Amino acid sequence: MAVLTDFKGEKPTWCPGCGDFGVLNALQRTAVELGLDPEDMVVVSGIGCSGKLSAYFGSYGLHTIHGRTLPTAQGVKLANRELTVLAAGGDGDGFGIGMGHFIHAMRRNIDITYLVMDNHIYGLTTGQTSPTSDTGFVTKTAPKGAVEFPVHPLSLALSAGCGFVAQGFSGDIPQLSAILKRAIRHRGFSFVNIFSPCVTFNKQNTYEFYKSNIVKVEDDAGYDSTNAALAMAKLEQSQSVVTGVLYEHDRPTYEDSVPNFLKTGLATAQHVLTESDFDRLLAQFQ
Amino acid sequence: MNGELGWKVGGEQGEGIDSTGEIFAWTLHRLGYYAFAYRHFMSRVKGGHTNYKIRITDRAVGHHGDDLHILVAFDQETVNVNWNELVDGGIVVADGTSGKIQPPPGSAHFCSIPLTGLAKEAGSAIMKNMVAVGVTAAIVGLTPEDFLSVIEDRFKKKGQAVVDSNLSAVRIGYDYYNQHFSHHLQLPARPAAVPSNHLYISGNEATALGALAAGCRVLAAYPITPATEIMYWLVKYLPEYGGVVVQAEDEIAAVNMALGANYAGTRAMTSTSGPGFSLMMETLGLAGISETPLVIVDVQRSGPSTGLPTKTEQSDLYEALYGSHGEIPRIVLTPTTVEECFRYAVEAFNLAEIYQCPVILASDLYMGMSKGSIDSLETSKVQITRGKLVTQSDLEGVSRGEFKRYEVNEDGISPRAIPGQRGGRFIAIGNEHDEFGSEMEDQAMRVLQMDKRARKLSAFHELSGVTVDGPEDAQITLVGFGSTRGVIDEARAVLMQQGIRVAHVQVSVVAPFPADLIRPYIAGAETVLVVEVNSRGQLADLLRLKLGYHDRIASCLKYDGDPLLVKDIVKRVEEVISVGSIN
Ligand SMILES: Cc1ncc(C[n+]2csc(CCOP(=O)(O)OP(=O)(O)O)c2C)c(N)n1
Ligand code: SF4
Ligand SMILES: [Mg+2]
Repeated sequence: MAVLTDFKGEKPTWCPGCGDFGVLNALQRTAVELGLDPEDMVVVSGIGCSGKLSAYFGSYGLHTIHGRTLPTAQGVKLANRELTVLAAGGDGDGFGIGMGHFIHAMRRNIDITYLVMDNHIYGLTTGQTSPTSDTGFVTKTAPKGAVEFPVHPLSLALSAGCGFVAQGFSGDIPQLSAILKRAIRHRGFSFVNIFSPCVTFNKQNTYEFYKSNIVKVEDDAGYDSTNAALAMAKLEQSQSVVTGVLYEHDRPTYEDSVPNFLKTGLATAQHVLTESDFDRLLAQFQ
Repeated sequence: MNGELGWKVGGEQGEGIDSTGEIFAWTLHRLGYYAFAYRHFMSRVKGGHTNYKIRITDRAVGHHGDDLHILVAFDQETVNVNWNELVDGGIVVADGTSGKIQPPPGSAHFCSIPLTGLAKEAGSAIMKNMVAVGVTAAIVGLTPEDFLSVIEDRFKKKGQAVVDSNLSAVRIGYDYYNQHFSHHLQLPARPAAVPSNHLYISGNEATALGALAAGCRVLAAYPITPATEIMYWLVKYLPEYGGVVVQAEDEIAAVNMALGANYAGTRAMTSTSGPGFSLMMETLGLAGISETPLVIVDVQRSGPSTGLPTKTEQSDLYEALYGSHGEIPRIVLTPTTVEECFRYAVEAFNLAEIYQCPVILASDLYMGMSKGSIDSLETSKVQITRGKLVTQSDLEGVSRGEFKRYEVNEDGISPRAIPGQRGGRFIAIGNEHDEFGSEMEDQAMRVLQMDKRARKLSAFHELSGVTVDGPEDAQITLVGFGSTRGVIDEARAVLMQQGIRVAHVQVSVVAPFPADLIRPYIAGAETVLVVEVNSRGQLADLLRLKLGYHDRIASCLKYDGDPLLVKDIVKRVEEVISVGSIN
């Protein structure tokens, strides 16, 4: 059985204190606790500071282009449904350039887990406004403050029919790890948005901010995570500064719903047509 | 009649023009002729002129022919647009039901027949197409019963009554013509040596079948004319083999899904046309630098932008060769026949894995959507070759972090592992990287990796990439790529009969460019005429770039939306020769 060091990849180059360290640690813990094998896992990541996760986590990885983590990860899963497939990226990667894929991945419901390291800023490109930046937030590209309304990824996920909607905080590794465990176990597309502070470029959405403002769904005894309306209300009340599994609901996955899709990994099967296959296929042209 | 007959049916879109053509073509194919069908249609669902041209020959051809012998017109526009293609003694069959279709100028026999009225008698106005088929049968000396097997195939699902009424509509048309008219035209002699199970198939169908045969089990695509038929075909057959067609949200998603699936070890592709191909450019680069196999089918259509979306063109050559930022190795295949669509689709997957780079299979609307009779496909020659994909036993003893996925070696092609394999762990990456796949900016390693990737294709040998006919010291060498092989071939025959020494070079692999095979036909020819369906002479540019000889190279270009005709090429050759030098 794999131990923590088996899930260590390259040495991270994130700024000291970056929230992404917490995400990496929580993910490594989760993988150990779930008894996963690093060589049966693929982390597909985007471009951004967050996108480096695939290199720092010890598994197979695919460090793709900006915004296209989700389609790529879905392709990996279709190719071999026996793999545990994670997609990871930033708020810009997922809700800016990649927003279209986000909605469609949730509709499609392929069994992958999507981690967004949401720091409300473009980190790697040194501090521009992100789709989750608060209105009025001052950045290099919005010196007088952002004028657009921010994206609310969790509400969006709920309305797109996502079967697993959660939010974590990289300053709370035990909770984040517990969330990730459920997310990976969930059959179907699971979405985990993670407050992951950028200590270098975002002085507003800081550890301190989250520590003093986050409410946890676990603390609400009457909370029912199978009720989407409750989840919406919770997001509303907390102005989305809430962590925990907000919603979980089983829906048939894409892999289980498309007709005749191979029950085992396509990648490990032989795909050779026989003479009688050809005879049958060619008959339509005769 | 020169061993051929040209037949065309035209009318408004949505009137069943295609099915009229299909029934006629299928019947002739099954009777043992060679049929070639070209569909002319517009980018709207109802209304607008559409026509379906069928050329019936005694040999396999790759072109719909310049000449027309029989024109079936359901409206005036069909007559107006098409009459000038009619040969002397040709026949126009016009739907005379409402009495509004006027005869064309010229010498054609004009037969006004109440096609719709007769169809109503047979049971329903929609069977006017079958009445027209019956009229055609009478003109060319077939019997209504000749159409039975095709009618049964089409309609038996709807019940015997529907089969019967369609056949009776054919009979009504047949009888009407024979009672009122006496002009007849002959079909070509029935070829003696047709293989009993010769195939009537389009380039798109052959491409899709090739992909299936190659072991492709994931197609991720977004609908676009003229590539959608590849989706249709595979959505029918991939599930029978455990695979899947994903209708992606856009072409960017489609190509990245295909890349992800290939990375994970399942052969996957995307199919598209120009606008979608443009959206895929960034991922082309990712496939190049991460050395992930990737197959993209581009069924070209007329651009730029939405251009003439239902018309053919060969104008994506620059994009296929040079699209995407940075520099990557790539293979660009341009199949020249339907048989090659099949064979190259199989090879595209092999080459993508052997060379671990993107392979673009570029056909076009003319190749993709035209259907023709061919003798056979080389299904028994299909072989799946996966290049340097390692097996679990190759990885024995490789411990964690030791697998050099991007090993710098002599041939530039490194061993490739797939997820699930023990000991093969690596990061496929779009950043420049070291031999293990770790992102880095070391200058020396950057140069080593760039050179390694550039070196890969230097030993490319799997496909010769060109077919040549005629002498090296020709007066004029015609050069084309992709779908124009058939028409250039026929133009060459016409020119040879006029006493002109003509060679024909048809390029089926544009990258890596088979310069050594082509050079003698350029070096030895007095004039080189590059024939292509675009306005800039993209292939001619490539020849100049790769071979020089700028002073010899002239162009024959077509970009008005219609496919090339034999006479377009002959006329251009005559111009070039009469001037005595090129301009
Ligand atoms: C197509 C494309 N456009 C722009 C960029 C430049 N770019 C790289 S990362 C990035 C934004 C990163 O922000 P985010 O996704 O939030 O990740 P973070 O660095 O904050 O983790 C941008 C705009 C790119 N690499 N590719
Ligand atoms: S810039 Fe921000 S997001 Fe990027 S590594 Fe530094 S702290 Fe983390
Ligand atoms: Mg960010």
